[in-house]
Amino acid sequence: MSTKAAERRKMHGTGKMYWRRLGADIKRDKWLYLLLLPGLVYFIVFKYLPMFGIVIAFENYVPFSGVLGSEWVGLKWFQYFFKFPAWTTYLVNTLILSLMNIIFYFPAPIILALMLNEMRSLRYKKLLQTLLYVPHFISIVIVVSITFVMFGPSGIVYKGTELLLGHPINYMGSPDTFRWMIIGQTIWKETGWGTIIFLAALTNVDTQLYEAAMVDGAGRLRRLWHITLPAIRSTIVLMLILRMGSVLDTGYDHLILMANPLNRKVSQTLDVFVYQQGIQSGQFSYASAIGLMKSIVSVTLVVSSNKIAHLLGEQGLY
Amino acid sequence: MAEQAISPKNKKILESSGPVGQNATIGSRLFDIFNYVFLTLVAFTTILPFIYIIGASFATEYEIATRPMFIIPQDATINAYRYIFSSNKILRGFGNSLFITAAGTAINLFFTVTMAYAISKPRLRGRNFFLNLVIFSMFFSGGMIPGYIVVANILNLKNTYWSVLLPGAISAYNMMIVKNFFQGIPQELEESASIDGCTDIGVLLRIVLPLSLPVLATFGLFYAVGHWNAYFSAMIYMTGAKEKWPLQVLLRELIIMSNGTAGDMTNMDPEFVQPPEQSIKMAVIVVSTVPIMCVYPFLQKYFVKGVMVGALKG
Repeated sequence: MSTKAAERRKMHGTGKMYWRRLGADIKRDKWLYLLLLPGLVYFIVFKYLPMFGIVIAFENYVPFSGVLGSEWVGLKWFQYFFKFPAWTTYLVNTLILSLMNIIFYFPAPIILALMLNEMRSLRYKKLLQTLLYVPHFISIVIVVSITFVMFGPSGIVYKGTELLLGHPINYMGSPDTFRWMIIGQTIWKETGWGTIIFLAALTNVDTQLYEAAMVDGAGRLRRLWHITLPAIRSTIVLMLILRMGSVLDTGYDHLILMANPLNRKVSQTLDVFVYQQGIQSGQFSYASAIGLMKSIVSVTLVVSSNKIAHLLGEQGLY
Repeated sequence: MAEQAISPKNKKILESSGPVGQNATIGSRLFDIFNYVFLTLVAFTTILPFIYIIGASFATEYEIATRPMFIIPQDATINAYRYIFSSNKILRGFGNSLFITAAGTAINLFFTVTMAYAISKPRLRGRNFFLNLVIFSMFFSGGMIPGYIVVANILNLKNTYWSVLLPGAISAYNMMIVKNFFQGIPQELEESASIDGCTDIGVLLRIVLPLSLPVLATFGLFYAVGHWNAYFSAMIYMTGAKEKWPLQVLLRELIIMSNGTAGDMTNMDPEFVQPPEQSIKMAVIVVSTVPIMCVYPFLQKYFVKGVMVGALKG
């Protein structure tokens, strides 16, 4: 401790000493500062400038006048949004898609990881993992393109359904199938990759626990229930907290590829709204206001679900 | 093995014999069989679309239209590929994607390594401030629109390659992992070099980088895959420069927007308004996926380790 204090005194000094030492240190490390410069400029320009750019949510931003020169309108855009009758549609569409994602996608990697963990042949398990991780590295454009050629009117699945049911299902252009297609694509693309974090947690389980349980006569199911699941419980809680934070995010890059006039009714989420208003129609201030509202809700949700996790005796996110 | 376990006599033998027979009750055996079958089916479903697309890309348009389901086409043809490689548009898109991936990855590595090295030195004044600056940006962001305004209106980068190369130059997450790696390199090595008169940049180039090649390869691959797969920034920033479009944006136009159900026809190219033949669509998908498949074995070698390191220290 005392060495630390001494070091701090040495580092900071007092008054004039401090500045002289600071100057000397900077001179000594001039090459390091030069190396730091590109990254620092990057973070200021592409991360912090946009953060200050949030003020346009309270302005009537006009590109010509700039962020600082535009007219201040206070909460106008927020009121404007809630006066807009369809705002509930956007919110409901967002929440339904998110909820479906949590119910159907979220457990999938956990179940898959548990099943992989039960594999006896390690070599076969590796082979399966190799195959299961592939879709994660495929771009979302290709995933949606593959869906179009397989589920579209001349695709193999479309024709297969026609053969099987006697009538085709319009998978790509109907409000009834839209959400299931989105969830299906997400499950296909990310389930395999999602297992990694759970499999990593499973490698930390002490094998002696299993042996002890076996001696006590615990069958496979009971070992799964009493040893394996508790071992990954905190990871599951952690992932759920993170997921709660993005309950209003539906991922615009995926949705705008799948959205079309035929499924408009259900494909309009808050993210799609921000993209359409901001990028496509140039309503920068309006779109930023919606984006800001989303972020505020996200932070609130993460903080409160973390609190709930603490109350339940879990470690949580922080 | 599985059938044997059902007979009680064999069951007893299995139970008493070593690790294979541990708890080999019928239920356990049935579970094993179910597990193998189910997981094999899941893995099969994962790769089936790729196999189908590859097969159909070699089929004739007639076969795709008439035969309801097939994996291996009856009369294989390479017409679709011939069409792609004679189409200037797609070739240019492929070239653009290659350029963006190469230039983007080089920029990523330069920015990531220089900043990570500077920030890895405990003696650097203001280090904590810089670290917090980076960490804070991992949790809060300005959002899509303010970011767009910075690139499009303030820096005026619309319709230039810079608009897709610069905004993602550093992934804060990757940078922190590289920083942690640099901190793990023995200080003595670097000190002896600086005693010999090397500047910090010299130490980085001659000592640190040669020791970090596997790490650089890992993150280079991750960045490269990210660039190859990106479409959103090119789509929003390069609306007026179609000749610079990467493959992914072309693919969106060619397959997704030409499907007749697309709403946003504003960016449509007259050349693509007529929906292209199925086999050509398949072939374009194959061509844009092949580069990822080529690096996948290398990716796979590193990514699990990368994710673990991130999970532990991130």
